[in-house]
Amino acid sequence: MLKKLQITCNQATTICDKSQYKEASFFEKLKLTLHFLGCKICRLYTRQNNRMSGLYKDKSIACKNKINYLSQTDKEVLKQQVKEFKE
Amino acid sequence: MPQEKITLDPDKWIDNYADYLFNYAVVRVNDGDLSKDLVQETFFAGLKSAKNFQGKASERTWLISILKRKVIDHYRKINSKKGQAEVRMSFYDDGENEGSWIEERVPQSWDNASEKEIENQELKKQLETCINNLPEKYALVFRMKTIQEFETEEICKELDITASNLWVIIHRARTQLRKCMEDNWFNN
Repeated sequence: MLKKLQITCNQATTICDKSQYKEASFFEKLKLTLHFLGCKICRLYTRQNNRMSGLYKDKSIACKNKINYLSQTDKEVLKQQVKEFKE
Repeated sequence: MPQEKITLDPDKWIDNYADYLFNYAVVRVNDGDLSKDLVQETFFAGLKSAKNFQGKASERTWLISILKRKVIDHYRKINSKKGQAEVRMSFYDDGENEGSWIEERVPQSWDNASEKEIENQELKKQLETCINNLPEKYALVFRMKTIQEFETEEICKELDITASNLWVIIHRARTQLRKCMEDNWFNN
């Protein structure tokens, strides 16, 4: 049973990443918690990962509020290209 | 009453759909020039296959389905062996230390601990630089999942990858980004 709960640092940090998106399962989180008991490096990774998620969230808000448009010139060029393609 | 069949009107495509398609592409590939090319290719492909349009979906939905294929083709191209660049591994991948941190990649404590970091324009610039330094396929999946906040299932469907493949990419991208920010911002 205990063997099943043991994970490597690579697996632990992968679960940590998944949990940043709230997509880690209960069993994965349990394994992560047990891993933390003996691994301060992964605990540090998790703290820093949480902080990075804050930066990503900030960037996400800025990007999602932005709508990207083609310029009028781009549209004219595109119209010409489509016209030539049709001919 | 039978539903009216929708017909295509290519002369109005650019005025009606170019911006929508362009925004759809930019959100995914994060590259204006590439997005313009994808939109152009979508219109060309639409014209070529107009005779196959069955009129069941709207013009916009039909054009988006073509653009989705173009995005998958792009992903496959950057994921091909020729264009493949990998991130630096943070963990041993074989031997008795398999799965453990590689010494020089072990996270270090961060010196620069400003709480006002979110307001910091320089930090935002550095973060963007780090994301842009990721291999293209990692950046693309990372942006879709983390910045555009797409559902895992949607990304897998759009890029034709498995969920476990996605998590490997996200994990490698995030460990690389953490290291990049550590070296260039937090401990710089």
